[in-house]
Amino acid sequence: MILRFLQRLPGKTDYILPALLLFVALLMGGLSLLPETASLHVSGYVVSLFGKYLCYALLALSVDLVWGYAGILSLGHGAFFALGGYAMGMYLMRQIGTRGVYGDPVLPDFMVFLNWHDLPWYWYGFSQFAFAVAMMALVPGLLAFVFGYLAFRSRVSGVYLSIITQALTYALMLAFFRNDMGFGGNNGLTDFKDILGANLQSDGTHAVLMLASAVLLCVFYLLCRLLIRSRFGKVLVAVRDAESRTRFLGYRVERYKLTVFVFSAVTAGFAGALYVPQIGIINPSEFAPANSIEAVIWVAVGGRGSLVGAVIGAILVNFAKTVFTGAFPELWLFALGGLFILVTLFLPRGLVGLWAQVHGRFTRYREAKREGTLRVETVPRHGDLPEAKLEVGE
Amino acid sequence: MTGEEISAGGEAVHPPAEALLYLDGVNVSFDGFKALNALSLVIEPGEMRAVIGPNGAGKTTMMDVITGKTRPQSGKVLFRGDIDLTRHDEAEIAALGIGRKFQKPTVFEMHSVEDNLLLALKGDRRPSRVAMMRNNPGERHRINEILEIVKLAPLKSHRAGDLSHGQKQWLEIGILLAQEPDLLLVDEPVAGMTDAETEETADLLRRINATRSVIVVEHDMTFVRALGVKVTVLHEGAVLAEGSLDHVSADPRVIDTYLGR
Repeated sequence: MILRFLQRLPGKTDYILPALLLFVALLMGGLSLLPETASLHVSGYVVSLFGKYLCYALLALSVDLVWGYAGILSLGHGAFFALGGYAMGMYLMRQIGTRGVYGDPVLPDFMVFLNWHDLPWYWYGFSQFAFAVAMMALVPGLLAFVFGYLAFRSRVSGVYLSIITQALTYALMLAFFRNDMGFGGNNGLTDFKDILGANLQSDGTHAVLMLASAVLLCVFYLLCRLLIRSRFGKVLVAVRDAESRTRFLGYRVERYKLTVFVFSAVTAGFAGALYVPQIGIINPSEFAPANSIEAVIWVAVGGRGSLVGAVIGAILVNFAKTVFTGAFPELWLFALGGLFILVTLFLPRGLVGLWAQVHGRFTRYREAKREGTLRVETVPRHGDLPEAKLEVGE
Repeated sequence: MTGEEISAGGEAVHPPAEALLYLDGVNVSFDGFKALNALSLVIEPGEMRAVIGPNGAGKTTMMDVITGKTRPQSGKVLFRGDIDLTRHDEAEIAALGIGRKFQKPTVFEMHSVEDNLLLALKGDRRPSRVAMMRNNPGERHRINEILEIVKLAPLKSHRAGDLSHGQKQWLEIGILLAQEPDLLLVDEPVAGMTDAETEETADLLRRINATRSVIVVEHDMTFVRALGVKVTVLHEGAVLAEGSLDHVSADPRVIDTYLGR
């Protein structure tokens, strides 16, 4: 079934963004392997930074899929991202072995410190990479399934849904802060040594991880593209724009929402999983509600309802954040808030929408000029999303 | 037979086996407000019925009950004689063959006119199946047929959001047709239409009625007259009068209700 789905290869234009991303990633990876004296050498720090942006872009893609296409404004996607990250972190912890401060062959340092004698049952299996990979998908997926099943079945939508997604990630943050949860409490998981036998401190590993992030982003981008292009995607947009109309046509709206929500959560989980080894730490602050909101802002800036927009938005905003926090660290949150207000007011379809508008105007201008019928007219903004609605009951 | 079915009003009602839709003693109340008060109504197969009544008479609530959006506190709602609609949800009722047009024209604004109909075509609605579906000539043929009926063929690749108000109303009727329902519930199809559009809509509904049953809720009396069908007058959640338009408009209770308001 999945194979038949994949047979429908996306159109040629769909490959532009993946090709570009892979090219930049390969170039950067290659340059980082040059000797440090070379003028074109890219440092391991920059490579990891770009890798981090790519992981954020994947998170943005997952947010856009539910928000931009299905109209589900999740303000808790950071939770799925962090859970994927913890799954990876647990694998990396188990790889440390006797190299930890306490040298315990089984228990991670923080457990020895807490005087624990046995590995908790939920840490079993994480020494196996394949098991950890399965958990990166299963844990966020299962949480999204249970949460989505209850929320969508009870027809919770709009602001109410956004608020409970916030509550979800906040509750998880509080839980993970507790030492007796067994995930390292406040400090989280860190001091990783290697991944699949490769040293996590080496530039080569950083380059490979960054490339892996690029590849995964491209794979998920194309998958999302296929999904959006399919009739399933058309139903999603129908749900977004006229939910009860869709329901009275005989579609079980909650199943569509649940399917896309779970897929999106798994995507976010993988993004978090690749993020952790490049950053070197995962702690409960990744569950902070502000993180999830930030991801929504990336999508809004890039262009809600455009997969390319989500990727561009995440990379640009995070690049700006890197530059900005270097210069005026205390002002970043104000800048981000201001950016969100500006985009909401003036660029309802984000940067991608702006480009489409300018491009459309230019094309029309050229055509009109060629036909000699140039006249000034206001251009209807095709493809505008309907106004954001706060639906409070019916 | 267990004998005559008696409605709450005491009048004899057809046994449900013959009726396409059979409502008997349906009660719905919201926080003490009785939206439907022992409503009884019978629609025969192939019938077109106009439902009129002042605001708050329960017209929309009646549609909500039939389409599974609202569950009645008591009463019978039977479709094709033995299907208890109160036990099904919106999606199941749609699959059973009841289509509904909303009061405010509701189409998928971001989709093309063609895609609006494509999504409405009768078929499997399960997500896994829908994801695999590909456009096929049979579907295209059916879509073109419907586009002809609702006079939107030249606009098929336009975005539905760019249509005029009247065109959206027709597109929504087209969406209903694509579902191939046995019964169409049409809520205020000519609201906001010009006289010419109103006339064309009456004509359209009559043509649809050749093969399907229709319930039309409308305020516009010229339109109801143009339809020339049996009229049910609702008032305070119950049937006030039933019969031809001339018959009901001569009924003193109907005159009171409309003038007294």
